[in-house]
Amino acid sequence: MMVRRERDTDFSMGTIMKSTFISVFAVAAALGGAASAQDKITFEYWYGLGGYLGDVVQQTCDRFNESQNTYQITCVGQDGYATAVQNTIAAFRAGKHPTIVQAYDAGTADLMMSGEFYPVQKMMADFNIDIDWDNYFPGISNYYAASNGELFSMPFNSSTPVMYYNVDDFAVAGIDTPPATWEAFEEALRALEAAQPEKCNYGYAPSTWVDLEQFSMAHGIPVASRNNGYDGLDAEYVYNTTQHVKYMEDVKRWLDEGLLEIKTSQGGINSRDAFAQNQCSIFFGSIASHATVHASAVDGLNWDVAMIPVYEGFERTNTVVGGASLWVLSGKTEEEYRGAAEYLKFLATPESEKFWVSNTGYIPVTKAAFEQLTAEGFYDNPPYKGREVAMKSLTYTDPTPLTRGIRLGGFIQARAEWVAEVEAALAGQKSMKEALDTAAARSNDVLRKFERTYRGKTLP
Amino acid sequence: MRRAYFKNNWIAALVVAPQLLIIFVFFYWPTSQALYWAFTFEQPWGGGNEWAGFENFRAILTDGRYWDSIKISIIYAAGATVLSMGMALILAVFADRQLRGYKYYRIGAIWPYAVAAPAVGLAFRFIFNSSAGIMSYVNAAFPGFWDPILNGDHALLMVIIAGAWKQVAYNFIFFLAGLQSIPRSLIEAGAMDGATVLRRMRDIQLPLLAPTFFFVLVINITDSFTDSFGIVDTMTGGGPARATNLMVYKIYVDGFQGLDYSGAAAQSIILMFLVIALTVIQFRYIERKVHYT
Repeated sequence: MMVRRERDTDFSMGTIMKSTFISVFAVAAALGGAASAQDKITFEYWYGLGGYLGDVVQQTCDRFNESQNTYQITCVGQDGYATAVQNTIAAFRAGKHPTIVQAYDAGTADLMMSGEFYPVQKMMADFNIDIDWDNYFPGISNYYAASNGELFSMPFNSSTPVMYYNVDDFAVAGIDTPPATWEAFEEALRALEAAQPEKCNYGYAPSTWVDLEQFSMAHGIPVASRNNGYDGLDAEYVYNTTQHVKYMEDVKRWLDEGLLEIKTSQGGINSRDAFAQNQCSIFFGSIASHATVHASAVDGLNWDVAMIPVYEGFERTNTVVGGASLWVLSGKTEEEYRGAAEYLKFLATPESEKFWVSNTGYIPVTKAAFEQLTAEGFYDNPPYKGREVAMKSLTYTDPTPLTRGIRLGGFIQARAEWVAEVEAALAGQKSMKEALDTAAARSNDVLRKFERTYRGKTLP
Repeated sequence: MRRAYFKNNWIAALVVAPQLLIIFVFFYWPTSQALYWAFTFEQPWGGGNEWAGFENFRAILTDGRYWDSIKISIIYAAGATVLSMGMALILAVFADRQLRGYKYYRIGAIWPYAVAAPAVGLAFRFIFNSSAGIMSYVNAAFPGFWDPILNGDHALLMVIIAGAWKQVAYNFIFFLAGLQSIPRSLIEAGAMDGATVLRRMRDIQLPLLAPTFFFVLVINITDSFTDSFGIVDTMTGGGPARATNLMVYKIYVDGFQGLDYSGAAAQSIILMFLVIALTVIQFRYIERKVHYT
């Protein structure tokens, strides 16, 4: 009985078990790799994408292994961005970590502060691999670069949010162009409600990535001070004082007026599936969902995408990248780094980019690949037509100091604070302004703790 | 009473060594590590940690959200324990009556314990789904009656029911074993004296079941504090608005998702002491009323 309680109580035991499991796994994987490729230099890559997208990642590995005879990459899916980072940290502490890890956008600041990585731009230079770094879209590369512009991680699966809308429902409601402003968006919601009262107009799920981060980018307003944390660890959240408040208050009002419905996985169906199943006329989501919506849409669903709206009186600015990038971790041999460099070089070829982009909903990360795809007419026909909207959104303006991205420590926790408080406001427990004030204050505590943990260090 | 003992202490040490080693590796070592982290600012990737003193504990204990989490955990533990033990007792009493087909029924009642928590969570997520599940029929009749997506009380109730359901089978096994170990002669004697079924239950079976009852109580309370993760993770993710953010789930979110290792370590130390304290209280005050035969 006592053992039972002890087993369950202590959380760090989970870490131990996890790291044991991982190291066993790593050894098994390494042995397997060694047996199949005797003289090849083997190295590991852990990725977070799961399901179909994970399979496509695996295919990039197979293609790399087939393309040359010197290196053998072993790719291990971790089924989730968060788990990929968690498992990598546990393995890192045990000295069993992979050479490359796919880490999500929001974990960028944490990884940068750790210092336990080999900056990709430096690595490529060290191995005399020539990559045209200016070829990367600035909205993408700024997110993963140090203050001096040096890229720390390799942009990989990249997306940006767009508005998905049902063309037929819009036609029934008499809307001929998708709303470009939130004022027009509200009118569209009312028109949709009037035309089809029984149908869900807007399937909404609280999302910091869309509602806070990308909303702020498109409006050119700050999420946090110190240029969203780029200029120092002493940044503070300010989103409770910007146009973001007005937007969230509008969301609450639309909910109260029955113009939008909440669609989350916990509620049985997420907003994307509700849209694909023709339950809702609008949803906001990553362009990466473009392929999924295409594959899962009910027959005859006539839909398209548009850039996210901007309030009247605001100059639209660029949105930024979401998704993940590839980090090369410290503590590996030169041979493994050489292999990692070759793999990243392989991924950066236009052919590889095209393979990745056409098999997933993600966008190309280099201008060359985008131009080539455009010239080939890739974006002219279904199922790829519409995805260029994401590129337009991402490159709408050159990034300003406020639209480079987010560089805030413990950002996953800050996102959770925002979601919890917005849920409370949507449930009517408090006003939206109060909720955002609380969320910002609590997220500031997270920042202060992060600053304290890394005392004496500065962002690279 | 005579006790068996080893004359040679070396053999004794050798025999218990594997067990001690396992306990050390899987309990004392990680606990000491957590204890150490709780008093430092631990960087997730390693590379330096500074002594923090009680700073992590101060931050947690002055945080209103943490006290909310404790409150929710206590409500969950009490609710799930009462519900699951009550249901299990009723089911066990029926099984013990040996009505026709009770053997199949017994197997059926034990089964749910073999279902993994996330699977339970998924099943109940469907059952309690306000727009597509079974509860949607209720909602169709009484609009807005059930809304676990926005209403925290509904979400917590849903999690309690799912947690209790999973635990019923475990409790059932113990209650049934306890009931069956009661000598038949006692019950038959009661019957011959004219005691009804309910009377026999109240005066003979339940008092004799007290030791089992106590054991199950301790296990259930402990379990609901520490083993509720899978259900919360699949059903609500701690929401809405932290309404189901149980202590153990908060540790996971802060530690593994938020990479705040020190804060999570401090929370797990507090949780450990809370469970120890609860167990001590139960042994001191409730066990007194239990008579072992």
